[in-house]
Amino acid sequence: MHLDHTHPGPAALSADARRPDGTRRALRVGLGGPVGSGKTATVAALCRALRDELSLAVVTNDIYTREDAEFLLREAVLPPERISAVETGACPHTAIRDDISANLEAVEDLEDAVGPLDLILVESGGDNLTATFSKGLVDAQIFVIDVAGGDDIPRKGGPGVTTADLLVVNKTDLAPYVGSDLTRMSADAKAQRAELPVVFQSLRGGAGVADVAAWVRGQLAAWTA
Amino acid sequence: MMTRAALLVLADGRFPAGGHAHSGGAEAAVKAGRITDAASLEEFCRGRLHTAGLVAGALAAAAALGADPGELDAAADARTPSPALRTAARRLGRQLLRAARATWPSLELDAVAREFPKGAHQPVVLGLAARAAGLGPEDAAHCAVYESVSGPATATVRLLSLDPFHATAALARLAPELDRVADRAVAAARRARAEGVDALPAASGPLLEVGAEWHAAWPVRLFAS
Repeated sequence: MHLDHTHPGPAALSADARRPDGTRRALRVGLGGPVGSGKTATVAALCRALRDELSLAVVTNDIYTREDAEFLLREAVLPPERISAVETGACPHTAIRDDISANLEAVEDLEDAVGPLDLILVESGGDNLTATFSKGLVDAQIFVIDVAGGDDIPRKGGPGVTTADLLVVNKTDLAPYVGSDLTRMSADAKAQRAELPVVFQSLRGGAGVADVAAWVRGQLAAWTA
Repeated sequence: MMTRAALLVLADGRFPAGGHAHSGGAEAAVKAGRITDAASLEEFCRGRLHTAGLVAGALAAAAALGADPGELDAAADARTPSPALRTAARRLGRQLLRAARATWPSLELDAVAREFPKGAHQPVVLGLAARAAGLGPEDAAHCAVYESVSGPATATVRLLSLDPFHATAALARLAPELDRVADRAVAAARRARAEGVDALPAASGPLLEVGAEWHAAWPVRLFAS
């Protein structure tokens, strides 16, 4: 407890680790990646894996609808008051990287409304391989690609693939049907990312879900240490 | 300490204050068939400039002159019939306040953040931001009136795949009118110092207000307002 925060100050500016009342804010993890790679499904799987042990909430960034937020509501992975949708005006990468103010408001409002929270997942709208989250918005980021998008994506690299704190290669169950070589994807990812972790995930088969959840737990342990 | 370059920082379309997600009424006007090309975009912008733009310019100039933010915020409410527009203006004000506090730290801006945790009307905050940046009422008014037309122009380029050169040329053709409206706004703001906020202009475009209510009810849209 910081004693110099006995009187609530004005609202936080960006990624300040403490809230105006002096308490530590929730860990913020961003999920980005191309359209259709399975970001929302990964968020849903994470919520199911972690909701019994953590207090969590989700911010979605849809390009022109509220579909992602509505998917999460329909799947009932969290109560509705823990899911918030940000509108991004045709530019999803702007809202997570260049002008993060609407997303900062969404995460702060969620903490005010349903906090205290341990973890807030911020899901980007589907974008391109260069979309990354600002450090002013999230503490760590996951980049989600899938095997059906082409097994050359890890080789091509780009900021999402090379710099994300965790790379998730999703839909591995589809690899035999789309002719994707998982061994090659794994070697290419290793070459691009050196020591940064990669998880191969199949939400249908369940493979990798526990690994992604374990990685999030590790981030949270480091955040609260 | 006033610098001309500070005005460029504040007026830059990339200033991270959330404006990119808003169309200034252009999305509704495009859907209604009122904006179809560069010529109709220019007419739309001219209408917005002389109504919402004039009011925003006067509010911003008055805030830059040191008028009471609470009184100005109430005056902005009274001049904004549409609840959807009031909500959007406060949201944008909150986002701008965050960016301004990070860019030009000032006790005055901190005090406004405390008084309006959910945001004050954007033009009021714009004037306070100009003040914190060492700028004067003329600068604040110019920023506000320019934003009243630059937002719709950028949004229309995205909505209609309009030639960006044509949209920018339309803005350039409006420039002399922008100067005149800014001058009127500053004169009104100076009058309001003696006569109170009722001396501020109260022009409004009924179709902008009606269109904003219509737009807010759409399930699928590209822009937040």
